[in-house]
Amino acid sequence: MNPVNYLYLAALLFTIGATGVLIRRNAIVVFMCVELMLNACNLAFVTFSRMHGNLDGQIIAFFTMVVAAAEVVVGLAIIVSLFRTRHSASVDDASLMKL
Amino acid sequence: MSAAAVHSLWTTAADPISKIETPKIEYGQLSPTLIVIGGALIGVLIEAFVPRKSRYYAQAFLSAVTLAAAFAAVVALAAGGYGTTKAHIAAMGAIAVDGPSLFLQGTILLAGLLGVFTFAERHLDPLAHGNRVDSFAAQAASVPGSDSEKAAVKAGFTTTEAFPLLLFAVSGMLVFPSANDLLTLFVALEVFSLPLYLLCALARRKRLMSQEAAVKYFLLGAFASAFTLFGIALLYGYAGSVSYATIAQVVDGTVTNVDPALAGTMGNDALLLIGAAMVVMGLLFKVGAVPFHMWTPDVYQGAPTPVTGFMAAATKVAAFGALLRLLYVVLPGMRWDWRPVMWAVAIVTMLGGAIVAITQTDIKRLLAYSSIAHAGFILAGVIATSRDGVSSVLFYLAAYSFVTIGAFAVVTLVRDAGGEATHLSKWAGLGRRSPLVAAVFAVFLLAFAGIPLTSGFAGKFAVFKAAAEGGAMPLVVIGVISSAIAAFFYIRVIVLMFFSEPHPEGPTVAVPSALTTTAIAVGVAVTLVLGVAPQYFLDLASQAGVFVR
Repeated sequence: MNPVNYLYLAALLFTIGATGVLIRRNAIVVFMCVELMLNACNLAFVTFSRMHGNLDGQIIAFFTMVVAAAEVVVGLAIIVSLFRTRHSASVDDASLMKL
Repeated sequence: MSAAAVHSLWTTAADPISKIETPKIEYGQLSPTLIVIGGALIGVLIEAFVPRKSRYYAQAFLSAVTLAAAFAAVVALAAGGYGTTKAHIAAMGAIAVDGPSLFLQGTILLAGLLGVFTFAERHLDPLAHGNRVDSFAAQAASVPGSDSEKAAVKAGFTTTEAFPLLLFAVSGMLVFPSANDLLTLFVALEVFSLPLYLLCALARRKRLMSQEAAVKYFLLGAFASAFTLFGIALLYGYAGSVSYATIAQVVDGTVTNVDPALAGTMGNDALLLIGAAMVVMGLLFKVGAVPFHMWTPDVYQGAPTPVTGFMAAATKVAAFGALLRLLYVVLPGMRWDWRPVMWAVAIVTMLGGAIVAITQTDIKRLLAYSSIAHAGFILAGVIATSRDGVSSVLFYLAAYSFVTIGAFAVVTLVRDAGGEATHLSKWAGLGRRSPLVAAVFAVFLLAFAGIPLTSGFAGKFAVFKAAAEGGAMPLVVIGVISSAIAAFFYIRVIVLMFFSEPHPEGPTVAVPSALTTTAIAVGVAVTLVLGVAPQYFLDLASQAGVFVR
C-alpha cells in the first residue's frame, strides 16, 4: 500500500483533533483532542520514516509519546484542580478575565 | 571437527553487528544547561527529604546558587571564545554553542535569578497564623476556601516546589534558543512550557483566576505545540532529517547525496511551506505575536505576579532566540516566502498590541498588551535578515527582560486588603503617597515607551535601524507610529500616579525585603545603564550576532 495514504490519514486525524479543540466545551475532551493531534503527528513521523528509509522519525515518535505522557500529568493536574474548585470542567464557565 | 564448524552446519553467520558510534558529548560546553538541570533535580530531592520548616531556605538558596553558577559557566564559555571563533555544534549536532545562544542563555539566567528573588519574597503579605507567606498557595492541591486549605495555611505550608519548577523551566529555555535540530527544539519547548503551566496555577490570592489562567495557558499551549509538532513532521518528511543544517541544504538545493525518496519529497513545496508555517506559528504563539496572542492578557493577569514577570521576560527571550535561529539558519533559502508573512504579523502585532492596550483598566493586562506590542517591535528586527538584525534583537531582548521583571516586581508592592491592587484606578495618586515606588515604576514605563536615556530607546533605535537598512522602511514608520500610540497609555499611567488625588481608602505600598528590592534595583540600574551608555552592550551583542551552522 502506498505510504502516502497514511499521510492523508494523519492529516485527517490532525484536522479532527484541531476541530475538536475548537468546538468542544469540556476541558478534558479538548485535551483528548490535543492528544489526538499528537498521535496524528506520530503517524506522520512513522510514515515519513518509512518513506525515507531512516529511523529518525520512529525515534521521534517515542519522544512524542513521552512528551504527551508528561503533558497528561501536568494537564490533568491543572484541569482536576479547576474542576474541584468550580465543580465544572467547562472551558466556557472559566471566564473571570475578559477584555 | 571443531565446535565452530559443527555450529556452521545449521546456522549461518549473521551480518557482523555494525559498530554504533559512541556519542560524543561536550559536557563542558553544555555546562550551563547541565548545572541548571542538576540544581532542579537536587531541588526535587530537597522536597522529598528536607524537613518542611527549612525547605524554603534550602530551595531559595539552591536556586540562586545554581543560576549564578550557570551564569558563571556562560561567561567562562564566552570568555573562552565559544561565542565567536570557537563557535560550533555540540552534542552530536543537537545543540549549537555560538554567540546568540550564549548571549541569550546569559540573559535568561539573569532573568531567572531575578525571578528567584521575586519568588522568594515573603514580606509583602501580612503574617498568616504567625508565618511569613510568599505569593504561592499554601497547598496547591487544596480547594480555595476549604477546610484543608485553612489547615494548610495554619500549619504554615508553602509551595516550595515553585523553585525547582522555575529551574526546570529555565533549563528548557536555555536549550530552546540553542537547539540545532527540530526534535531538540520540540523537547525544549515542552520542558520549559510544562513547569510554567503549573506555576501559573499556584497563586495564594485569587486562586480561581490563577487556575483559570493555567487551564487557558495549558490548553492553548498544548494546541500550539501540537501544531509545531505536525510542522516538524512535515519538515522531516520534506528533508528526510530534522537537523537544521540538512534541512537548510535541502531548502537551498545544495544537498549532495539525493536518494530516490528524498528526490520525491524535496520537490514537494507543500510539505516545506506548510511545515515551516506550522513550526513558525508555534514559536509566534510563544512570543505572543498577534494572531496567536489571545492567551497573553489572561495568563499575565491570572498568574502570580512574580511568575508573570519571570515568564514575560524569559519566555520571550527563549522563543525569539529559537525563532531567529529557525529563520536565519534553517529557512534563509525561503526568505522571500516568509518575509512578507512576517511583515504582516509584525504590523498587526505592533498596532494591535498598542491600540488594545489603550482600553485596559488592569495594570497587569496593560503590561500584557504592551508585551505584545514589544513582540511586534522585535519582529521588525527579525525581518531585517542581516547581522545587525540579529544583534539588535539580542540587545532588545536583554534590555526588555530587565525592564519587564522590574515592572512586575513593582506591581507586587502595591497592595490592598485583597492582595495586589491591580486595577488602574487604585494607582491614582500613588506618586504622592510613595514617590520612590512611583518614580521607579515611571522609569520602567518610560523604558517601555522608548524614551531616550532608557534602555528601551537604545533597543528600539537598534531594531528600527536594522529594519530600515534591511529594506523594511514602511515597517519602521508603522513601528514609530505604534510607539507613539503606546507612549500615550504609558504616559497616562504616569499622569495618573503623579497628578491625581489619591483615594482615601486606596492601596498601600508594602515594604519589601532585600530580595524584591534587589530585583527592582537591578532592573532600574540595567535600564539606565543600557540607556545612557549602550555602546559596550551593543558591541557585545554585535560580536555575538553570528549563528553557527
